[in-house]
Amino acid sequence: MWKALHQLAIPERLYGLCGRFIPWLGLLSALLLVVGCVWGFAFAPADYQQGQSYRIMYLHVPAAMWSMGIYASMAIAAFIGLIWQMKMADLAVAAMAPVGAVYTLIALITGSAWGKPMWGTWWIWDARLTSELVLLFLYVGVIALYNAFDDRRLAGRAAGILVLVGVVNLPIIHYSVVWWNTLHQGSTNMQQTIDPAMRMPLRWCIFGFLALFATLTLMRLRNLILIQERRRPWVAALAQKGRKA
Amino acid sequence: MMWLIFRRELRVAFRKGAEIINPLWFFLIVITLFPLGIGPEPQMLARIAPGVIWVAALLSSLLAMERLFRDDWQDGGLEQLMLMPLPLPAVVLAKVGAHWVVTGLPLLLLSPLVALLLGLDFHSWQVMALTLLLGTPTLSFLGAIGVGLTVGLRRGGVLLSLLVLPLTIPLLIFATAALDAASMNLPVNGYMAILGAFLAGSATLGPFATAAALRVSVQ
Repeated sequence: MWKALHQLAIPERLYGLCGRFIPWLGLLSALLLVVGCVWGFAFAPADYQQGQSYRIMYLHVPAAMWSMGIYASMAIAAFIGLIWQMKMADLAVAAMAPVGAVYTLIALITGSAWGKPMWGTWWIWDARLTSELVLLFLYVGVIALYNAFDDRRLAGRAAGILVLVGVVNLPIIHYSVVWWNTLHQGSTNMQQTIDPAMRMPLRWCIFGFLALFATLTLMRLRNLILIQERRRPWVAALAQKGRKA
Repeated sequence: MMWLIFRRELRVAFRKGAEIINPLWFFLIVITLFPLGIGPEPQMLARIAPGVIWVAALLSSLLAMERLFRDDWQDGGLEQLMLMPLPLPAVVLAKVGAHWVVTGLPLLLLSPLVALLLGLDFHSWQVMALTLLLGTPTLSFLGAIGVGLTVGLRRGGVLLSLLVLPLTIPLLIFATAALDAASMNLPVNGYMAILGAFLAGSATLGPFATAAALRVSVQ
């Protein structure tokens, strides 16, 4: 198993492996998202209290869930990069950060669009909203720090340290913002309290967002590998092959 | 050895007094701006005072933050500090301590004046001084991580605030909550305990993160 993992540290192998996974993951995410969204937006029953407008949940909940999940996976990658000095792990952090930032933004925008008809306001300084906003700031900080360095390798390591500092702080920030009175509904305990007719499409969407995240990350990772290794012979050969075709 | 570094830092800082004084003036000016912008009613000022004081303290400590490692990095002193037999986190601890003495402590000394300007009573001032005493060292430790990450960059200043400010949100929340509680004569022990916990956590973990960041920056 260790041997298989070390193969991942070779940029060329990782590039090839990502290339092999991307079409399948892309197909999977398209399938899951189409089924989940069509089911959720067109066929799931309307809510007895919120009417049709609850349907934005099918975008809001998956985006919000994975905005946290992506930060956690960034922290794991940063940890691996820092402890075992794997350059590819640092690249993975850089590949995940913009995807996570966009998911956070989706969660915030759909959330405020959902809040307008339900709470009568676009934005409220509620605990979950605020910690999601702070999460967006943390993502932006990581991206800004990564882009500020000229040396890509140092950039990856610095961003990794920042991600780890952020992940220690994130629970503290979350629990300190929980102090304010909260308008946001509580957790649904893994969607157990949602009606099954509404729950199934939600789960399709959740896994669809996960597959989409994996696809986008691998695509970005491939590009980052190419940029970092652009002086190596194998990249030159690849470019040569692309020119002929 | 740590004591020597601490004394050296203080000596260097006092030779360039302006760098210590300017953030303090900034602190006072920001606090003066709020009554001018919002209106001089004492009740309103007393209501917004906790937030104003803490936001001003955050901004002014960020202004002073950059000089923590910048000069040492430019003249090569940082490499010498890293080569010492003393572990790097201990060096960071000494430097942050000295930095707090020249930037955080003066804020504490200014606090009676600020309480006077914003119309706080004696009890509120006591609580404010306590939150500053516990909060500003935490700020220095958190900021040191950011400075360690950005010290090698040409335009590190804006980036530094981008990285550090989100991390200071819990501090702001609990410090202002303590001040609010004090203005209503409620007990503040719990808030102080949490601020103390932040200080203990950042003082023990922060130097290690800063040391790792410095090793990335100095290469």
